[in-house]
Amino acid sequence: MVTDTLERPPAAPAAVMKAEVRNLSFFYGDFKALKDITMTVEEHKVTALIGPSGCGKSTLLRCFNRMHDLYPGNRYAGEIVLKPDNVNILAKDVDPIEVRMRIGMVFQKPNPFPKSIYDNVAYGLRVRGLRNRSEMDDRVEAALKSGALWDEVKHRLQDVAFALSGGQQQRLCIARALATDPELLLFDEPTSALDPIATGSIEELIQEIKHKVTILIVTHNMQQAARVSDYTAYMYLGDLMEFGATNDIFMKPRRKETEDYITGRFG
Amino acid sequence: MNDKHDKHISSQFDAELGSISTRVLEMGGVVEAQVGQAVYALTHLSNETAEQVLTAEERVNAMEVEIDRDLWTIIARRQPTARDLRLLVAIAKAIANLERAGDEAARIARTVQKLVVSGVSSRLRLPLEDLAYASTLAVTQLHKSLDAFARLDVEQALDVLKTDNQIDLEFEGLMRKLVTYMIEDPRTISASIDLVFVAKAIERVGDHGKNLAEAVIYVVKGTDVRHNPVESVEAMVR
Repeated sequence: MVTDTLERPPAAPAAVMKAEVRNLSFFYGDFKALKDITMTVEEHKVTALIGPSGCGKSTLLRCFNRMHDLYPGNRYAGEIVLKPDNVNILAKDVDPIEVRMRIGMVFQKPNPFPKSIYDNVAYGLRVRGLRNRSEMDDRVEAALKSGALWDEVKHRLQDVAFALSGGQQQRLCIARALATDPELLLFDEPTSALDPIATGSIEELIQEIKHKVTILIVTHNMQQAARVSDYTAYMYLGDLMEFGATNDIFMKPRRKETEDYITGRFG
Repeated sequence: MNDKHDKHISSQFDAELGSISTRVLEMGGVVEAQVGQAVYALTHLSNETAEQVLTAEERVNAMEVEIDRDLWTIIARRQPTARDLRLLVAIAKAIANLERAGDEAARIARTVQKLVVSGVSSRLRLPLEDLAYASTLAVTQLHKSLDAFARLDVEQALDVLKTDNQIDLEFEGLMRKLVTYMIEDPRTISASIDLVFVAKAIERVGDHGKNLAEAVIYVVKGTDVRHNPVESVEAMVR
């Protein structure tokens, strides 16, 4: 029988939500960079944010770990409610450090600390007070395995992280983020500085880790969004234009604006 | 196919899509003419026209292969999405259907040659006019669906779907008639059996037109309407 993909809701009713963005606006001083965004992030799925430069996708991503708090004059309105405990992570009484314990981030350029491979991964665990040496070893190994890097570095854990290739450094950053068992992992253009092979391995890794952690990814590469994500949000000038299942967005988006963008007619 | 507000950032991509769409329509034109000629050959028992139909088949086959090759190239190089992807998928289906419609024309032409060789006289009472009428319906279907494809016109495509059962009814009527002829005049049995296959070929041409119309709806609306009764298709696309 025919399924009208247009009528399908963004997520099946049985889906478990990891986060809910409710009427979120964000201001850089007087400039309103996000306009009343409402969307959901489904647990153990990959949600991609796409849109042209300046559309607000990175701004939205950064709201999730309160990175905007680092600069004065920035202001949030609305909520990002993290499930299952329904905490509004943007609330003033919620400590951004607490938020960042639960929500990890991987950046555009690999940014390992100027430390050894081992210490990069162990860093977050030490911050959290883990002191037991053998437990630390186990968790570092588990994180590096989750980051699909263990086999490549197990004999040189004390080497400085900068000795790794770009792709390996990025996987190290993912392992570092995974070490503290975050609930949500934010990826901000994680492969734009990598070659296609390294990009492929990061995309593969995203598919593997999504069973453990919910993922929100910003990407300029629309084909990457099509390849890795379950849901896609198209943003333009601070508005969420369309949000839906990735299959629908890339086969038959509801809005012409979305279609123009993903087919390369935007300009 | 694109208006001026509908261009890709890459004009080369527009040119590639425009060129491939034009060639599908060219192929459609050749097939349409081929079916028309096959019908003419049948009603006039013209061996010469039948020969022309068979010659055109080679051209149609070559066009199919060529368009297919360019289709793969565009898909590999451009990684099309949404309506571009739907258009290219529809083109792949369209050319397969056109090629098969051409095959049906060739089948009719070969039957004509067989009839001519076997010495069927035009004085023998055969329902050639009825076949010609059914063929006109089928050719019109094909023409309308190609037109719908050229203009990405959903209304026209819907119209093709709605009139498809006319050809089916005509086919059933022809079958009854051919059986009656065979009973009444056993001399027509051999030729009538050949004409049963001709009638089937005509019906198939109509079906290929219908498939093409369904592909047009898929391109424009993104809705797969195949295997649905025509009454519900209208509701699905509106």
